[in-house]
Amino acid sequence: MNYLYYPGCSLTASAREYDLATRAVMAAAGVDLTEIDGWTCCGASAAAPISDLLSLSLSARNLALAEQTTADGQILVPCSACYLNLKKAHEALRSHAKQRTMINEALAAVKLNATGSVRVRHLLDVLAVDLGARHLAPLITRSLSGLAVAPYYGCQCLRPYPEFDDPERPVSMEPLIEATGASVHVWEAGGRCCGASLVSTHPEAGLKRVCSILKAARGADLIVTVCPMCQMNLDAWQPKASRMAGEDLSITVLYLPQLLGLAMGLSHHELGLDLNLAVLGSFREKMF
Amino acid sequence: MHPHLISGSPTTHDDSDAMAPIGNLVNACIQCGTCTASCPNALEMDLTPRKMWRLVILGRLSDVMASRTFILCSDCYTCTLRCPRGLPLTRAMEALKGIAFARRETQHRRSRLFYETFMQTVRRYGRIREMAFMTRYFTAMKNPAEPFRFAPLGLKLMGKGKVEMGGGKSTEIPLAALFEKVAALERTPDKPLGKGG
Repeated sequence: MNYLYYPGCSLTASAREYDLATRAVMAAAGVDLTEIDGWTCCGASAAAPISDLLSLSLSARNLALAEQTTADGQILVPCSACYLNLKKAHEALRSHAKQRTMINEALAAVKLNATGSVRVRHLLDVLAVDLGARHLAPLITRSLSGLAVAPYYGCQCLRPYPEFDDPERPVSMEPLIEATGASVHVWEAGGRCCGASLVSTHPEAGLKRVCSILKAARGADLIVTVCPMCQMNLDAWQPKASRMAGEDLSITVLYLPQLLGLAMGLSHHELGLDLNLAVLGSFREKMF
Repeated sequence: MHPHLISGSPTTHDDSDAMAPIGNLVNACIQCGTCTASCPNALEMDLTPRKMWRLVILGRLSDVMASRTFILCSDCYTCTLRCPRGLPLTRAMEALKGIAFARRETQHRRSRLFYETFMQTVRRYGRIREMAFMTRYFTAMKNPAEPFRFAPLGLKLMGKGKVEMGGGKSTEIPLAALFEKVAALERTPDKPLGKGG
């Protein structure tokens, strides 16, 4: 299997461990990733309020570069916000003739052209659908039995495009978690919003979202995520959320490929586990 | 696009029908309240989303701008997915943020500067550099207390080597040409993008 790879800005900095673990797990599963040469920011959630055309063009620039490499390829995207932006641009190029024209007029300024021929895939989609527990199970060399894992999906890999899972009751992570020998923590918070950038701009509202997810995870040994924004809100802001809630909400939070990598016998160095901000001592003793 | 958001130069606005395109997006609203019931941030909002959509349709621009409802949308798309009329509500929320930023509404200054400095960093470097972004943001805020809200996190990330400092190995792909072309296209009288998406 081959995919074009769009890491996105977060995976080069605050989410480096997500990049390391994604590459390591994919390599161990025999999947080839080709990073898109010269990729740039998708516009995050900041471009769209300022201009739809800017938002679409920033993402389409990356699709155009991907098409130059493999015209009928698929782009693997680990960040949910990047995934949604690239997917919106893909939809616009495929289904809206007028938007396609405008986007390409804009891209002409940087000597590029996009048609929307490459497919945009979230990492979870590729793990759950293309690989699946069937393909991953034989690679598991170390059982994680005894661990209860809370699968946190967040928003933008599920909504608004119900591409590979049920956006109201997501389940795509469960067979993957079970393949590692761990059990799934049953909860309702898996598809609830983490507060996204409100944690920075309106912490009084954003941190409440973080608190309610961390509280719902009680009883689990760890939360796994598939988005750098969700991860940062649930791990980096844990101390602040605990202060707001007036109770200790500490819990280990890993990226999904880090959990899979541990079960596949990859080293914690390869998986970037030293870079995580919330790994409890008890978890470390058990796992490392 | 509102060019001054990127360039920093002020422009004047005709407010009378600024909200009309958004009113068109949500005109088929039946006031069922599914959006309000689905919204994770509804309890922090002053107007419920349902009520705000009504005001948008009625063209009550100043009432909508005075509220914090749209600025508290965290783009979770739950309302968009559940709306029985299939209305693009998250997109409409984003468009309201755009109007508030263009009008330089003082109560939404922090969000505006956060988004604006983010995009300036993208324009300059092609990718987000957290140090450059936060430095721009703090400078724009002109509030000496603001950096301290983020200081513990910033130090934690730096300690882990997780902050892109803009050193030698990082890629720099300026996107000014693309930003300017988009602005030029949007200045043309024929509005580039209508409904959809």
